[in-house]
Amino acid sequence: MKTEDFVSLLAAGVEPIDARRSTRRYVLAITGGMMGALAITGGVLHLNRALSQEMLEPMFWLRDAYCVILGSLGVLAVTRLARPGIRLGVVAAGIGAVVIAMWLFAALKLLTAPAQDRAHLLLGTTAAVCPFLITLVAAPLFVAFVWALRGFAPTQLRSTGAALGFAAGSLGALAYSLHCPELTAPFIGVWYLLGMLIPAAIGATLGPRLLRW
Amino acid sequence: MQLKEERLRSLLIRGLVGDASAYHLFLGELTAHLRSFLRRRMSRLPEETEDLVQELLLAIHNQRHTYDPGQPLTAWVQAIARYKLIDLLRRRSRTDGLHDPLDDDELFAVADTEPAEARFDLAKLLKQLPDRQRLPILYVKVEGGSVADAAKRTGMSESAVKVGIHRGLKALAMKIRSIA
Repeated sequence: MKTEDFVSLLAAGVEPIDARRSTRRYVLAITGGMMGALAITGGVLHLNRALSQEMLEPMFWLRDAYCVILGSLGVLAVTRLARPGIRLGVVAAGIGAVVIAMWLFAALKLLTAPAQDRAHLLLGTTAAVCPFLITLVAAPLFVAFVWALRGFAPTQLRSTGAALGFAAGSLGALAYSLHCPELTAPFIGVWYLLGMLIPAAIGATLGPRLLRW
Repeated sequence: MQLKEERLRSLLIRGLVGDASAYHLFLGELTAHLRSFLRRRMSRLPEETEDLVQELLLAIHNQRHTYDPGQPLTAWVQAIARYKLIDLLRRRSRTDGLHDPLDDDELFAVADTEPAEARFDLAKLLKQLPDRQRLPILYVKVEGGSVADAAKRTGMSESAVKVGIHRGLKALAMKIRSIA
């Protein structure tokens, strides 16, 4: 077929684009992925038995706010990278700023704590499993975001994979917080972050294969 | 060049709301720029330029919902063109074909209206699609009929006809990638 004729074919009866469809795709991915993450948290793991008391602690909400803010920035990064020629801009710096803010708060907590309490503030009782359990809980979100991105045109597949993994990890951490008994800033600053970075690394590795179009 | 960007951008934006004749002009004028952009970068694969022009046009069409009207059109088209070019070179595992740096190019500064022959035949590839995609494309996109008319002729619903066209063109892009 001649290129000219192909152009006529593509243009014939072209349908208007409905911008809401793109939004709907992301909403569907976040909702479906989050339901999967909550199902793993409640079904495979179990809800924290002290949840109702812990919800009275400000730290419970700070932890969730941390996950929500990082998750939102991660989703924002994904939606930008999904469009050709749009740069990440300040999103990456925003993620860095939130992470550093938590580190500063954690450092303050560690410095003001008695020396014998510091190890416990940092490690809690679940440090060894936390990042891996967050990765597990994030798996449905990861799959949902890959699906969502297959409806778009990312051109930097490694960065896009990393961003989608980070977004999945952050929202996975939010679901996981309903299971997790740890409420200290040093713990969240290290082990929650690691739980977000493992899916990000998996995303960066698999991105070029999963997101090609 | 700024004028060209403005003109093509406004044609595309009209196309995105369903103005087929503006969209036709957009794709037609863009073709020459894509061809020139690719010819200068594919001097080692000259016989494949027209294939990639067609593949790019299809990619731009299939991904037109990712264009943000607030964004420079050049940036959007170049990102897609570069992505598809690198993808092709990788498939050829001849990354050394990239002698020219791919950045800071002014896409709309140059045009090439001299088409070469495409090596693959899109008409043949279209025939390989399943009927629920092939017939809607044939009736609406090739013969230029309405969606309602195609729905009547195929016994499909109007939305199934639209979905068939959409999925069929995506499937066509996959087919091109697997043979090219």
